[in-house]
Amino acid sequence: MINKIAASPAAALADVPDGATILIGGFGNAGMPAELIDALIAQGAKELTVVSNNAGNGDTGLAALIAAKRVRRILCSFPRQVDSWHFDRAWHAGEIELELVPQGTLAERIRAGGAGIGAFYTPTAFGTRLAEGKETRRIGDRDYVLEYPIRGDYALIAADRADRWGNLTYRKTARNFGPVMAMAARVTVAQVREVVELGAIDPEHVVTPGIFVHRVVRVDRLRKAA
Amino acid sequence: MKRLDRNQMAARVARDIPEGAYVNLGIGLPTLVANHIPKDREVILHSENGVLGIGPRPAPGEEDPDLIDAGKNPVTLRPGGAFFHHADSFAMIRGGHIDICILGAFQVSQTGDLANWHTGEPDAIPAVGGAMDLVSGAKQVFVMMEHLTKKGESKIVPRCTYPLTGLRCVTRIYTDLAVIDVHRHGLQLVEILAEGLSFEELQRLTGVPLGFRAAA
Repeated sequence: MINKIAASPAAALADVPDGATILIGGFGNAGMPAELIDALIAQGAKELTVVSNNAGNGDTGLAALIAAKRVRRILCSFPRQVDSWHFDRAWHAGEIELELVPQGTLAERIRAGGAGIGAFYTPTAFGTRLAEGKETRRIGDRDYVLEYPIRGDYALIAADRADRWGNLTYRKTARNFGPVMAMAARVTVAQVREVVELGAIDPEHVVTPGIFVHRVVRVDRLRKAA
Repeated sequence: MKRLDRNQMAARVARDIPEGAYVNLGIGLPTLVANHIPKDREVILHSENGVLGIGPRPAPGEEDPDLIDAGKNPVTLRPGGAFFHHADSFAMIRGGHIDICILGAFQVSQTGDLANWHTGEPDAIPAVGGAMDLVSGAKQVFVMMEHLTKKGESKIVPRCTYPLTGLRCVTRIYTDLAVIDVHRHGLQLVEILAEGLSFEELQRLTGVPLGFRAAA
């Protein structure tokens, strides 16, 4: 019997090695898998490369991972925010390397990683500093920049409901990067609000099919202001 | 001369958004535009974090941390709204499905180059978000900004000195003084907004030629 439900966040992340590339879902704190990140901090893996839209908000989730000095390199689109003080300090101290990626390019590079695409041309960032040194090509009447896929060793995402096959639904704008990150990692771990019986999720409503999900952990989340 | 305040600017931009338009509002000043779209005009607001059909701000106590806009502020969803993941959201943007995006700016050049993501200071942490995707894909790119810097320099310039967000991407500029269209051959004044401002004075403040168009 297939059963992807893990006993705890700790059990789901026990094998993360130092130096791993980790895709972390969320847009700000919506969709941020905070309980999985807490477990990752406790687990102790270090020298991580993190791919996430932001570089942490406040003192929890990704911000806490950065504060614990576990992140060597981060790929993100919008690190600088009013509440990104842990990243700001680490960046100014030279402790963390930043690769800034336009948000749509970040999403598409991850999607390409999951979809087996070798590289793609995008018009985004042509003629700007973020395309410097990159291959470009004129196709028709537009200029494009060549971008390469991103794959993760692990993806940590937050979803709403799951079954034991790993089929997922999400909640509102907490969906954001979850579905594409789930596709692009060797091991995708989803924390969910609720685990339901196989068949209880209407197949028409499955957002991430279980083929992309390897481990599921149910967490009790307290609703708190974003 | 009487400059427009931020809400007057937002109201002027809102006048140009037609029924049925799919619109992305950038963070900051452009978010005010939503407050000025008439209730009987159906305009569908998109936010790059995966939502179409954003409604008004929630009442205090009704905020849902899973329902936010690109500025990470709590929002509501209108009947008919939809959620989708980030790659689909940027397919809407890059694929030319968004009719209008409205962004703030540090500078706009006379050929429509936009600088709005980085001041160029070496110690500043860079952050770009979705701006480069939006300007590359939206059918129309409106910029909304004060006409002059705090030092009184024109933000409409011959060439941007700040790092670029996109080349030749801005289609129209709304400032606290005027509405200006960006054409292939240069800028064209659409409307003076500041009361008591003459074309000559606007031209003197702007620093790049504004092909004057007589009142239509």
